[in-house]
Amino acid sequence: MQNKTIAQLAADLRLRLYSSVELTQHYLERIARLDPRLNSFITVTAEQALAEAARADQLLRSGEAGPLTGIPIAHKDIFCTQGVKTSCGSRMLDPFIAPYDATVVERLAAAGAVMLGKTNMDEFAMGSSNETSWYGPVKNPWDEGRVPGGSSGGSAAAVAARLCAAATGTDTGGSIRQPAAFCGITGLKPTYGLCSRWGMVAFASSLDQAGVLARSAADAACLLDEMAGFDPRDSTSAEVSVPDYVDALDNDLHGLRIGLPREYFGGGLDPAIGDRVMDAVREYERLGACIQEISLPNSPLAVPVYYVIAPAECSSNLARFDGVRYGYRCADPSDLEDLYKRSRAEGFGAEVKRRIMIGTYVLSAGYYDAYYLKAQRVRQLIAADFRRAFEQVDVIMGPTTPTTAFALGAKLDDPVAMYLNDIYTIPANLAGLPALSIPIEPLAGLPVGLQIIGDHFQEARLLNVAHRYQHVTHWHQAAPPGFD
Amino acid sequence: MHLDLDDIDKIAHLARLAISPEQRARYATDLSAILDLVAQMNAVETTGVEPMAHPLQMTQRLRPDIPSEPDQRARFQAIAPLTESGLYLVPKVID
Repeated sequence: MQNKTIAQLAADLRLRLYSSVELTQHYLERIARLDPRLNSFITVTAEQALAEAARADQLLRSGEAGPLTGIPIAHKDIFCTQGVKTSCGSRMLDPFIAPYDATVVERLAAAGAVMLGKTNMDEFAMGSSNETSWYGPVKNPWDEGRVPGGSSGGSAAAVAARLCAAATGTDTGGSIRQPAAFCGITGLKPTYGLCSRWGMVAFASSLDQAGVLARSAADAACLLDEMAGFDPRDSTSAEVSVPDYVDALDNDLHGLRIGLPREYFGGGLDPAIGDRVMDAVREYERLGACIQEISLPNSPLAVPVYYVIAPAECSSNLARFDGVRYGYRCADPSDLEDLYKRSRAEGFGAEVKRRIMIGTYVLSAGYYDAYYLKAQRVRQLIAADFRRAFEQVDVIMGPTTPTTAFALGAKLDDPVAMYLNDIYTIPANLAGLPALSIPIEPLAGLPVGLQIIGDHFQEARLLNVAHRYQHVTHWHQAAPPGFD
Repeated sequence: MHLDLDDIDKIAHLARLAISPEQRARYATDLSAILDLVAQMNAVETTGVEPMAHPLQMTQRLRPDIPSEPDQRARFQAIAPLTESGLYLVPKVID
């Protein structure tokens, strides 16, 4: 059951081959048996899931089922879920029971999806290895000595290990695509503003975007169909009409213009990953696409720019955690300043505090122009590179990550080395572009991701391009040994 | 860019973060390394380039000035660390 596509599961449920309660029990049993090895869930909502599944079975019986009715999924623990702990991977929010549902959660529930639980993540989505979580690291199901990537590492590991049919995630600098690459699954970061940020704990508000982690582009399309769309409660939500992503999956790729940015194949990239990416590109040529080299000359500056803009926005967003209204509060504060300072010092972990400190510094009097304004100007140049590229090509392809999954602990003490993991994913966030990662031929038993970047609101094209590759290859069907 | 221990104390105060004396040197090293990485962006000339604050060409949407949120004070206070008679409690501020 756990290897079936969402479309197959939905068809089986409609034919009453098994019930949603049976399917949900199947996943809950797998979580109970296998997740102690991975730590991919922070909270498992078994009782609630079975109640939702029973309701789904009633709808299926009465013929009122929606597209995802009875399909068990998981939510990254950054999305507020009413009555259920929403920790964001932090001690600060360990006591936080969300008083409302995020729009993304609400829409997937309205489509009939069953929530199995909340997945582990880097604290406040700050990290590329899922090691900064207050709830401990997540292990990569392909090699339990390695990281699953981050920050949506719990969602990626859970989907790869077949502990849920699909999961939500968020991507600020690569947090969906990088773990998807490390865990051998499909991860889509939509255009900034396509999915509502309402009820999604804020990290860097000009970059944060909700998306999907799934086993295939077709499965991702099923979820995105429900998640995408304007939400008046999010002031940055895009007022655009949303196409049917499933409908576009099988479109022909003849004449598709693919750009390969030379900056994505330079030093820092494991040459064997470069070879794998080129093999995948040749598969696209066989599908009728035309390949051309392009240049994104300012993209090497994306990581430096990001580490001004993201920490600046984070220091502002996380100022709300004061030990007064919700979340962690220190014991016996001597005065108000002590309450603020110790609640924040004890509630936040090391990486979050580093970023708050950097953000506070670059926004402080005398430094704002040199850091923050400068970074916003370079961000404009990076976005302009993409605008020029999309005059010549339809999609851009390259590696998702410079290496395969690294060992647990390998980069934890060197923040800059950790940040360089996201060298190929950050540019799309800065420009607000949609991008996805799909698994291609593995390297020494570890998954490798191909990144596909599209122009604004071209998610249907991206999923179509990914789906056609998955139609003629089988890499996306491989399950980690012991989790198949 | 090298930050010294005094810089760290000043930033930590602005960020309202308590930092123990033994953590200060580590912060100075880590933050200085991050600022060295950030300094790479100075290699590109940006005179006359419009700063990009938002990834899409959007303007702030406005809505009619009428209440849209119901009163949920009791629900929100139920998850607060310390309240009394509908008020959030903090240490004494005025003597």
